[in-house]
Amino acid sequence: MKKFDLIKLPFNKENPITVQVLGICSCLAVTAQLKPAVVMAISVTVVVALANLIISLLRNTIPPRIRIIVQLVIVSTLVILVNQVLMAFVYDVSKQLSVYVGLIITNCIVMGRLEAFAMTNKPLDSLLDGIGNGLGYGIILVILGFVRELFGRGTLWGYPIIEKLGLYNIGYENNGFIIMAPMALILVGIIIWIQRSHDKELQEK
Amino acid sequence: MEYFNIFIKSVFIDNMIFAFFLGMCSYLAVSKTVKTSFGLGVAVTFVLLITVPVNYLIDKYLLSPGALSWLSPSLAGVDLSFLSLILFIAVIAAIVQIVEMVIERYSPSLYNSLGIFLPLIAVNCAVLGGSLFMQQRGYSNIGEVTCFALGSGIGWLLAIVGIAAIRERLRYSAIPPALKGVGITFIITGLMGIAFMSFMGIKL
Repeated sequence: MKKFDLIKLPFNKENPITVQVLGICSCLAVTAQLKPAVVMAISVTVVVALANLIISLLRNTIPPRIRIIVQLVIVSTLVILVNQVLMAFVYDVSKQLSVYVGLIITNCIVMGRLEAFAMTNKPLDSLLDGIGNGLGYGIILVILGFVRELFGRGTLWGYPIIEKLGLYNIGYENNGFIIMAPMALILVGIIIWIQRSHDKELQEK
Repeated sequence: MEYFNIFIKSVFIDNMIFAFFLGMCSYLAVSKTVKTSFGLGVAVTFVLLITVPVNYLIDKYLLSPGALSWLSPSLAGVDLSFLSLILFIAVIAAIVQIVEMVIERYSPSLYNSLGIFLPLIAVNCAVLGGSLFMQQRGYSNIGEVTCFALGSGIGWLLAIVGIAAIRERLRYSAIPPALKGVGITFIITGLMGIAFMSFMGIKL
């Protein structure tokens, strides 16, 4: 496989969320606003890329019977580092993300890529695969965060864009429902619908 | 009464799936038939019921700020809470392993029906999420924590059995080809979530 494909494929044909259906929990929970979504996307990308690299370097020395626990230890160490960095530099966002930073440990994307790719491939390829999957996950988070913040609160990155455009004066109202939990699920359903009607290969059965 | 309140709250209002999206991966992957999803739900409830109280004790007597003062007064200033993530996941992985061995030894029939799901549970976000919420919400004693763990597990079981029953019927309906499988499951989960929102604000 070409190196460039490792980065490119997760954006569309092998997207972790819409095609592989991994890592849904955090994708839905942190996307009520754009800023936490972007921070979460960066954190997950860093963790997947580094975990992939480390596991790939160690892949010949890990006994297969205890590989899950070794992976968990490496991933949770990385997540603790990310958590400390977030608390030090963007404290307000880290409060908003609450338990979902810790839950990167059990994010299925991380474990899935470690099992499916890093255990059998070279370090450089694994690093690229990690970056690609992290970004493919990130793009869905950014789309969801953008839609939900714009239509739910009328702001983008905290900037009151609808108010500045003067749409409230002509009778526009925010759709508060879209920042509630169930709408996130329905929005992901719609994204999957759009993607699969463009790309017939991805349809099931 | 407080215990019952926490239990009802974690089953319906703070439902793991509909309010916090925890354990979505296995929820989507294993909800094809009612039978297997019931098995997974029972396994998750069981593991939550053991791991959350154990992690509560670890948090209370080892990790939270000043927790080590029972060992000696000079340790009162120690704060190990940054270690909680790695210790919680280690406890969960270890307990899942032990539970698997115990069930295999004493109840082979239960092992055969749960067996394949147990290793999956170590990396189920609902289980780690249960421990992290327990830490964040600051329950005051182990009874409350146990009620919370049992309620969360049963809420998860309820959600996965519900969606599995709907998906069994969906096989006979005409869904647009692009929505088949995962897409329609997301949308139905969203609709179920809206239904569960009506429990919001109920207090016993």
